[in-house]
Amino acid sequence: MGDAEVIPIGTRGRPGRGTGQDKPSSAARSLAGPTARNGSAKSAPRKVAPPSAPQDPPATEVEPTSAGAPASGGTSSTTATDRTPGIPVTDWLSAFAHGAREVFGEAWEPRLAEFLAFLRRRLTGDYVVDEYGFDPEVTERFLIASLRPIAEKWFRIEVRGIENIPTEGGALVVSNHSGTIPVDGLMTMASIHDQTGRFLRPLGADLVFKLPLVSEMARKAGATLACNEDAERMLRGGELVGVWPEGFKGIGKPYADRYKLQRFGRGGFVGAALRTGVPIVPLSVVGAEEIYPLVGNVPSLARLLGVPYIPITPFFPLLGPLGLVPLPSKWILEFGEPIRTDEYDEHAAEDPMLVFNVTDQVRETIQQTLYQLLMQRTSVFR
Amino acid sequence: MDRVIGVDVVPPRGDIGEMTFVRADIRNPVIAKIIVKSDVDTVVHMSVVATPGSAGGRTSMKEFNVIGTMQLLAACQKAPTLRHMVVKSTTTVYGASSRDPAMFTEDMNPKRQPRSGYAKDAFEVESYVRGFARRRPDVRVTMLRAANVIGPLTQSPIVQYFNLPVIPTVLGFDPRMQFLHESDLLDVLRHAAMGDSYGTFNVAGDGVIMLSQAIRRLGRTALPLPPFAVSSLGGMLRKAGLADFSPEQVEFLTYGRGVDTTRMRDELAFEPRYTSAEAFADFGSALGPGVHSPGRIGSPDRVLAGLEGSLGGEQHG
Repeated sequence: MGDAEVIPIGTRGRPGRGTGQDKPSSAARSLAGPTARNGSAKSAPRKVAPPSAPQDPPATEVEPTSAGAPASGGTSSTTATDRTPGIPVTDWLSAFAHGAREVFGEAWEPRLAEFLAFLRRRLTGDYVVDEYGFDPEVTERFLIASLRPIAEKWFRIEVRGIENIPTEGGALVVSNHSGTIPVDGLMTMASIHDQTGRFLRPLGADLVFKLPLVSEMARKAGATLACNEDAERMLRGGELVGVWPEGFKGIGKPYADRYKLQRFGRGGFVGAALRTGVPIVPLSVVGAEEIYPLVGNVPSLARLLGVPYIPITPFFPLLGPLGLVPLPSKWILEFGEPIRTDEYDEHAAEDPMLVFNVTDQVRETIQQTLYQLLMQRTSVFR
Repeated sequence: MDRVIGVDVVPPRGDIGEMTFVRADIRNPVIAKIIVKSDVDTVVHMSVVATPGSAGGRTSMKEFNVIGTMQLLAACQKAPTLRHMVVKSTTTVYGASSRDPAMFTEDMNPKRQPRSGYAKDAFEVESYVRGFARRRPDVRVTMLRAANVIGPLTQSPIVQYFNLPVIPTVLGFDPRMQFLHESDLLDVLRHAAMGDSYGTFNVAGDGVIMLSQAIRRLGRTALPLPPFAVSSLGGMLRKAGLADFSPEQVEFLTYGRGVDTTRMRDELAFEPRYTSAEAFADFGSALGPGVHSPGRIGSPDRVLAGLEGSLGGEQHG
């Protein structure tokens, strides 16, 4: 086997645009600045390896090459940046400082330090999660921060009745569910956090915890399985818990059935609220039905993949990934007056009739609010 | 208490103090003679083996765990002086699945009964012990379900797992884990053997840590793999004798598990000295530094400190 031929890619550390010439182009010369022009062109500070040793790999900025020192005239009094090939450290730093100022604004230094501290905590695992795996830091800084522009700019969410959410203690937010994929849950989480500073802890179907990546993110965002044990545990712990009792029946209903509430499960959420004595806050979401109008379903494929439905919208799968962009409908989130459960005695949850009645009361409240909001709405997109 | 008798197939190394040691196999009826002859009033059963390797293969592990327990219980049933029995079980009996509640209490059952391995052994041991408790209502039976026991001296599947140079994880899942320090395990066994409480108790250190967090704290590198690859890699590692990846271990690494320890605090009145995170840190400090540990080349600390240092220098200089 013969020797491999080295085919140089790029300029091999020489200035210029890869013309292969030893002399830098005029553009590169002007970039090099006055110091380079005063001295020899060989020691231009931009990524230069001395031409006397063109076979050297592009040296890193910290190690002075033996050939580099004589090339700068043998003067030992020059600063370190002159002698080291590559971009000088000070240039790096000033560029970095400039970039930081652009990104973080004028008070960039403390904010950058804070950011680096955050990065260090994340990389060394020096943070705390609660027993459900909730990671407040990543939720606040990453998830909600990335949802915020979507909520504000894309869906232009209007929140009404936020004062109905208690500022502390356990409460159960019960919402209608729609939109083919649970964007409404994410938007509710972001809106509640931005308006009240509290984290909404969603209860998710077991499918959420079966899917890779989704399950990882869900636990970090504070979700847990929608079962009585977890709901009661969270409510007893004084958390603000969100539940979407319609489940897949609500989220995967056809567009023709929009804003018609489906059956509210078996009322398990009411039982949990009764046992823990926390208020139930009904939430009506208008606008989420229109983001992905579900016009069809592929039940056989859905069964094959083990998911509840495979959505077909006017744009998906027709437009491919572009069809995944939700329509920019205008959203209204209205929180209703809390329904108190602390007046019932502790055995109330064992009374099925009472549980059914409270469930119906919550359901009716949400349905009526939905109708009112729809009456007020002039257009889907405004 | 004036006499302690230790029973094992391997004689202990080093000084065992006041303890009497009897070399016997609990799969053998000889155990009955020991119990009856020495008027034993408390039996502490800790002999449920988790690693097939140490027991000489899965078959003998199962025999040791299940048949051994049956022999021991049969012997105990005939012991008139017996008043108290402590059994060390494991939280593995709860299994791990996507339909699990966040925290298992002692009354909850696994969503799916364990079908193989250590989990099935522990499950069967527990059911035999429950049967014994029914037949001998005069004996107080304490069952301790310990979370992953970890510490510098422990050998277990999870310890082998964290000892791997590159730690394979299940892609897209980040399980919650609880740990119990080995010294806390000894403490809780002593506490249960000397105390009056009985029943079933989950025993775990406070708090949970995520697998990703644990790996970062060790300064090691995670290797996310799709689930089927984790299983096949686990098979290879098992053949190489490096780590034991049983199916229930892979499930645990996918879905994780948490147990509620309220009853341990309130009824058993036991408080572990180490939290989950502290127990893990103690284990990690004995393990030696990983690639990303402080002071090593890949340490994020070092990179970030360098960056911060140069920033500060630029500002003040």
